[in-house]
Amino acid sequence: MRRSLLRLGALAVLAAAPALADSPGGRPVKLALPDGEQVYKQVCAACHLAQAQGSPDGTVPALAHNAKLATADYPITVVMKGQGGMPWFSEMLTPAQVAAVVGYVRTHFDNAYADPVAEADVKRIAAAIKSSEE
Amino acid sequence: MTHDTAPSRRDLLTMIGKVGGAAAMYQAMTALGHAAETQFTGPPVLTGAKPGASVVILGAGLAGMAAAYELQKAGYAVKILEFQDRPGGRNYSLRGGDSFTESDGTVQKVQFAPGNYLNPGPWRIPHHHKALLHYCRQFGVTLEPFIQLNHNGFIHSSEAFGGKPMRYKEVATDFKGHTSELLAKAISAKALDDKLSAQDQEKLMEALRGWGVLDKNMAYTSSLKVSAQRGYDQPPGGGRNGAPTPSQIAKLQDVLDPQVWTAMSFYFSYVMQTTMFQPTGGMDMIGKAFAKKIGKIVTYNAKAVKVAQSDKGVTVSYKDVATGQMHDVSADYCVCTIPLSIISQVDMQVSPALKAAMKAVPYGGHVKIGLEFKRRFWEEDDNIYGGHSFTDQSITQLSYPNDKMFGAGPAVLLGAFARDLAGFQLAGMTPQQRIETALKQGEVFHPQYRKEYLNGVSVPWSRVPWILGCTSAWSEDNRKAHYKNLVTLDNRVVLAGEHASYYGGWMEGSILSGMDAITQIHQHAQAA
Repeated sequence: MRRSLLRLGALAVLAAAPALADSPGGRPVKLALPDGEQVYKQVCAACHLAQAQGSPDGTVPALAHNAKLATADYPITVVMKGQGGMPWFSEMLTPAQVAAVVGYVRTHFDNAYADPVAEADVKRIAAAIKSSEE
Repeated sequence: MTHDTAPSRRDLLTMIGKVGGAAAMYQAMTALGHAAETQFTGPPVLTGAKPGASVVILGAGLAGMAAAYELQKAGYAVKILEFQDRPGGRNYSLRGGDSFTESDGTVQKVQFAPGNYLNPGPWRIPHHHKALLHYCRQFGVTLEPFIQLNHNGFIHSSEAFGGKPMRYKEVATDFKGHTSELLAKAISAKALDDKLSAQDQEKLMEALRGWGVLDKNMAYTSSLKVSAQRGYDQPPGGGRNGAPTPSQIAKLQDVLDPQVWTAMSFYFSYVMQTTMFQPTGGMDMIGKAFAKKIGKIVTYNAKAVKVAQSDKGVTVSYKDVATGQMHDVSADYCVCTIPLSIISQVDMQVSPALKAAMKAVPYGGHVKIGLEFKRRFWEEDDNIYGGHSFTDQSITQLSYPNDKMFGAGPAVLLGAFARDLAGFQLAGMTPQQRIETALKQGEVFHPQYRKEYLNGVSVPWSRVPWILGCTSAWSEDNRKAHYKNLVTLDNRVVLAGEHASYYGGWMEGSILSGMDAITQIHQHAQAA
């Protein structure tokens, strides 16, 4: 029952999404995002740019050489909740994809935070966000 | 609930609210006639402005210019500071000779033939967006129909119909037919006996037979009657070979693909219903008309850096982006229409509540790609005149030009209109990759693409330097927590723009928020 309710909820959101702004119609496009590198290139790079350099004025922060990535919980929280003009990705990406891309960014673009990021970390933070909103 | 009692509106709304959240509920309220069309009944009547009262407006988009126009009419002295070298903001059009720089420095040059254009931002106007239509009418902006629902547009899903694009009229007719048959079967199997009286069951059966075009056995089958909606194999003709032959209906499993019902549902949306309009010659005709009406009060190439305020007035510091020189402008009030996605670049001296609200609104990242072709093959070969085709590929949507139909020579087709993940994916590409993707994916609909292609331009809003996003996308929680703070006059400063409205992403929202902003200023000024 719980499961079918959740699925119904997801469908209702899908139906409602295009109606509010002047947006394209049709179903949400599914992307193949097999690993962190692909998530970065196909999603994050839209704003943070190809070399993770961010926008020239710094409005979109550089992820390259970014000390705020030292603790994985911080980037996970930003990805799941959104921040400023950045949307929340908890509905667009799976926890596994979020873990993969945070792990990727923390070990690339002149960042060297080798401790692994697990799907469980993302789920833990998702639960914390949810309980803080209730 | 008793058997013959339908759920009340309130029950229904509560239910919908629980399942789909506020967005779905708003939609449902609209459908049930509880939501108003627009809150516009005419521009605010601002009388008795104090002599010399002044307002500085940040941003010469529609919110700022509409505010300026009405304030000037009321007697205020108005100045506008605009970062770009043109009026209109997101209300603009790209034409041959224009160039466009992305946030990573990539430059695109538009090569369209004279008269052709792409509207990267707003491009269609609902018939009920009365505030915007009011100004178009008043300023003499020529509007023409924007073809929205085209039954001959395509629906494509890689997971249905063997990957073959179908005409909207085919899948919509088949969806209606198959679901009508299923509902008729449920009634026949007495599955709805506890929901409907015998009399209502009879009425519903009759409706399903007619609406779903069911046969005498209440089944949805291929026939000339069905073809009279979904189209024929051989359409009716004249003379000896005039007799039509029916087309074959699609399978139920195929029409259940979400690409079918999301397209149907799209056309039901309040803001997507016919009739829609576009300005003849490009969307920027509206911005230009406003700019002409308000006169020479706009300082272009002016980047607002700081907004300081006291109980007496406001001082805005701005940088002339051409010379790098700093200047100050002082006024009694300030209307700030700078998009929230970039407002962190301005040192705003406002209350903590407004500051928090300014940080609470994420922006969408839509992408549009305009492709110019040698000829109108969608009209000449495919009988598509305006309207859209939908696909589950990243390009998401194709839209056909609504003007100059039957014309010879090059024409521009919207080769992609993508949102969410698909929008980010296209934005992350180089311009060349975007065009290649648009051509490759669009070929699903139109194999003529490669042969007829001339040139193209892509606008990834997340990389448009002066906004770094497309439109505001309030979450329900943030709306609840911050909206009121965002739109309320903060001593001498008030925000306006589509983000300060419930009509995010629509020009109507910009104008309505501008009207409310100046109403607040005027009330405050009169009370002082």
